Amino acid sequence: MRFRIYRYNPETDREPYMQEYDLPEIGADMVVREALIIIKGVDETLSFRHSCGEGVCGSDAMNINGRSALACLTKLADLAEPVEIRPVAGLPVIRDLVVDMTGFYRQYRAVKPYLINRDPEPEIEHLQSIEDREKLDGLYECIMCGCCSTMCPSFWWNPDKYLGPQALLQAWRFLADSRDQATDERLDDLEGPYKLYRCHTIMNCVEVCPKGLNPTKAIGHIKQLMLKKAI
Amino acid sequence: MSINRRKFDALVIGAGGGGLRAALHLAREGVHTAVVSKVFPTRSHTVAAQGGINAALANMVPDNWHWHMFDTVKGSDYLGDQDAIEYMCKVAPKIVYELEHFGVPFSRTEKGKIYQRPFGGQSQNFGGDQAARTCAAADRTGHAMLHSLYQQNIAANSHFFDEYFAIDLLRDDDGHVTGALVIEIETGEPLVIEAKATLLATGGCGQMYKTNTNAHVNTGDGMAMALRAGIPLQDMEFFQFHPTGIAGRGLLLTEGCRGEGGYLVNKDGERFMERYAPNAKDLASRDVVSRAIYTEVKEGRGCGEAGDHVHLKLSHLGADVIMKRLPGIRDTCMTFLHKDPITDLIPIYPTAHYVMGGIPTNRSGEVVTVGRRKGTEKVVPGLYAAGECACVSVHGANRLGGNSLLDIVVFGRAAAEHMIEYVRENPAHRDLPEKSLGEIESRLARWEETGEGPSVLDLRNELKIAMETYCGVYRDEETLATGIEKVAEIVERIKDVRLKDQSKVYNTSRIEALELENLADIAMATVTSAHARQESRGAHSRVDFPERDDANWMQHTLYLREGRKLAYKPVRTQPLTVESFPPKKRTY
Repeated sequence: MRFRIYRYNPETDREPYMQEYDLPEIGADMVVREALIIIKGVDETLSFRHSCGEGVCGSDAMNINGRSALACLTKLADLAEPVEIRPVAGLPVIRDLVVDMTGFYRQYRAVKPYLINRDPEPEIEHLQSIEDREKLDGLYECIMCGCCSTMCPSFWWNPDKYLGPQALLQAWRFLADSRDQATDERLDDLEGPYKLYRCHTIMNCVEVCPKGLNPTKAIGHIKQLMLKKAI
Repeated sequence: MSINRRKFDALVIGAGGGGLRAALHLAREGVHTAVVSKVFPTRSHTVAAQGGINAALANMVPDNWHWHMFDTVKGSDYLGDQDAIEYMCKVAPKIVYELEHFGVPFSRTEKGKIYQRPFGGQSQNFGGDQAARTCAAADRTGHAMLHSLYQQNIAANSHFFDEYFAIDLLRDDDGHVTGALVIEIETGEPLVIEAKATLLATGGCGQMYKTNTNAHVNTGDGMAMALRAGIPLQDMEFFQFHPTGIAGRGLLLTEGCRGEGGYLVNKDGERFMERYAPNAKDLASRDVVSRAIYTEVKEGRGCGEAGDHVHLKLSHLGADVIMKRLPGIRDTCMTFLHKDPITDLIPIYPTAHYVMGGIPTNRSGEVVTVGRRKGTEKVVPGLYAAGECACVSVHGANRLGGNSLLDIVVFGRAAAEHMIEYVRENPAHRDLPEKSLGEIESRLARWEETGEGPSVLDLRNELKIAMETYCGVYRDEETLATGIEKVAEIVERIKDVRLKDQSKVYNTSRIEALELENLADIAMATVTSAHARQESRGAHSRVDFPERDDANWMQHTLYLREGRKLAYKPVRTQPLTVESFPPKKRTY
C-alpha cells in the first residue's frame, strides 16, 4: 500500500513536502496508526503523536485523505490509495504530523470547562436523576482530539475569536448538567458575534467526530437557551 | 552549556489521575506547583480505565469499608500492607464524593445516587454474598475522572508543563531529592526544575510486554528514575494479567462486562469458571480467572481454529444493558473485531495490564528506601510517589478491579497533603546538586553519538517478546533464569543503539530511546525479583513452587539497580484501628 506523508522539519526543511512510503504487507484489520509505527521503524525521523491505540486518549488526530480522523481508529481497508496523511488543518505545524494545539486548548479553557456549584458541599454526592444524567451522554465523552474544530471552516477563519465546535460542545456539557449553577454567567460569556454565532451549521464536526458526538446540536441548544434568556 | 532553571515549591511529574489529584490539592492550598507531563494531561492513561472506582457507599446493597478492606487484603494474597489498606478503604467514600463534587458524571441509580456495579473479588460480610462496590460512569470512568480532575485544575490555575519529558531526579549528597531535569519535547531544550518536594506519578510500565492493555506511553519512566537515583523498586514480580483483553490485540474489555452479568465460555460452550471458583465464578479475582483461561486453552478447550482463546458472552444481557452500561466496550468490539456483543461472542485472552509493584512508599506517599538495619526502611527526603508507579502497598500480590482508580486519588491526595506540610517546614530550596546534574547531562549526551547500531524499535520489540516468553502468567526456575540472561543482554545492546534522528524539534525517536532505557531497567527488576521468589502468590505463579509459602515469603521484595541486588522487608500486617486479617487459604 502506498502512503504520501506530509514532512516538515523546521530545522532542516525550507518548506514542507510529501514523502512516499510503500508498505508491501498490510494486515486485514490494520489501522493507520499501525502503518505509521511500521513506517517509523524504517524512517525514524517521522514524528507523530499517538498513545492509547483505542480512541480514548485523543492524541493521534491527523488529516487522512482529506479529513480529520484518529489514526488508531481509521482502517486501511477503508482508504483509497495513495493514502495521503497530513497534519490536521488550521493549526500551526510544529513538525511533520505534529501540530501546535495551544490555540485549540485556549478556546477550551475559555468556556470555563468545569463544574461550578456554589452550595456548601454536601456530605454525600449531589443527587442527579437518571434522566438528568442522560442529558450528559453525547457530551462528556469528548476526548479533545480536535478532529471537529480542525475541520470547521469557521474555526479556520477565526481560530482566536470563534470558540469552535469542541469548546462549544463542552460549554453545553456544563450548561446541561443539573448540578451546575453558572448558567447565566456561562451564557453571558458566549455573547458577541464571534464566540458562538460563527457556527454556520456546516456540520463537518458531526461528520468527523470519532466518538460520534454532535457539536452542531449542542451549539443549537446553546443558541436556544440564549434566545430564551433574551426574552 | 547553561541550562535554564525554574524554581517551584512542589513538582509533580505525571498528569494522570494521581498527579492531577495531587496538583489540585497543592494548587488549592496555594503551594507554587509545577506539573510536568510528557503528554497533554487528558492523554494520560487514566483516561483508558473503564469499569470504575471502589468505595463502600452501599448505594446498591449493604456495604462497609471493613468488608472492602477484607476483600483487598484477601485479593492481595496477604502481601498488602494492612495499615495502608485500612486507610484507603476507610477514606474511599469521601474521596469518591469529592470526585462527584468535582463534576465526574457518574451513572445514577433510581434514587439519583452514584451507580455501583459488582466487580471481581468483592463480598459482603467478609467473604459472603457478592458486593456492588464499583462506582461507575458507564464504562468510561477513568475518562470521566481524568477530564474532571483536569478541569478542576484549570479552575485552580495549576501550572502545567505539557509535553515535557522528565529525564532524571536531582539528588544531593545528603540524599535529598531537589527536583528533576526535564526536556521540552517541542524544542528539545533541557530545563532544571528545582522543588522542595517532588512527586512521581508517572504510571505503569505495561509496554514491557508484547501483548498489553497499556498505552504507548506507559514506559515506567518514574520507576526507572527512582532506580537510577539509588532507590529500590518493591514487589516487581507481581504483574497483573487482565483476564479479558481482546485475543491477540490486547485491547481491554472491562471487568465490568462480567460485573454486569457477562461470563466466559470455552469451545464446548461450558461456563468453565464454575469449576475454578464455585462461588464467585466469573467474578473471582483477576489472577484466578487469568490462570483458569490459560489452563482451559492449554488443556485443549480453547476456542477458534488455533484453540488459543476463550469467549466472553454478553449477548444474554440484552441490548439495553449493553448500550447503557457498556457502550465503549461495544464500540471497541465493533471497530476492532467487527463483532457486536449484543449478538456475538467476543474472543478474549489474558493480557499484561498492571504492575502491583513500584516505588516503595508509606501511606503518606513518602518514598522509602532500604534502611541501615536489615528489614528496616528510611524516608527519602523531598521525594513522594503515588499511583501505579508507587507501591504503598495496597495491592500486594494481586490488585482487585476498581482499586486502581481508588489508589491513585487516595494516595495522590495523601501525598499532596504531606507535601504541603513538608514545604512549610522546609521553606528554603536546597543547593542545586551539580554532581547529580552532570550525570544526567552525560546520560542525555550519550544519545548524540552517531553511527550504526540496532534500532530502538527492534530492541523494544525484543524486550517485549522476552518478557512475554520468560516472565508471563506461569513461571519456573528455568524460564526465569533464561529471562534474566535475555533481558541483561538487551540492556547491554542498548548501549550500541544510535539515533538516526538527531534533530531537536519534536524528536519522538529520542523520547522513545529514553523510554527504552527505562523499560529495560524495569524489566530487569521484574524478572530478577520473580526469579528469586520461590513460591506462588497472587499474580506470581511458579510451576515449580505451586504453593504460597507464608513462613518464608510473606515479605516484600526490594530490587536495587546497583549490582542488581535484592533485599526484603516484612509485610505490615497490623492495621491502624481494627484487627489484622491473618493469612488464610484463598478460595473464591
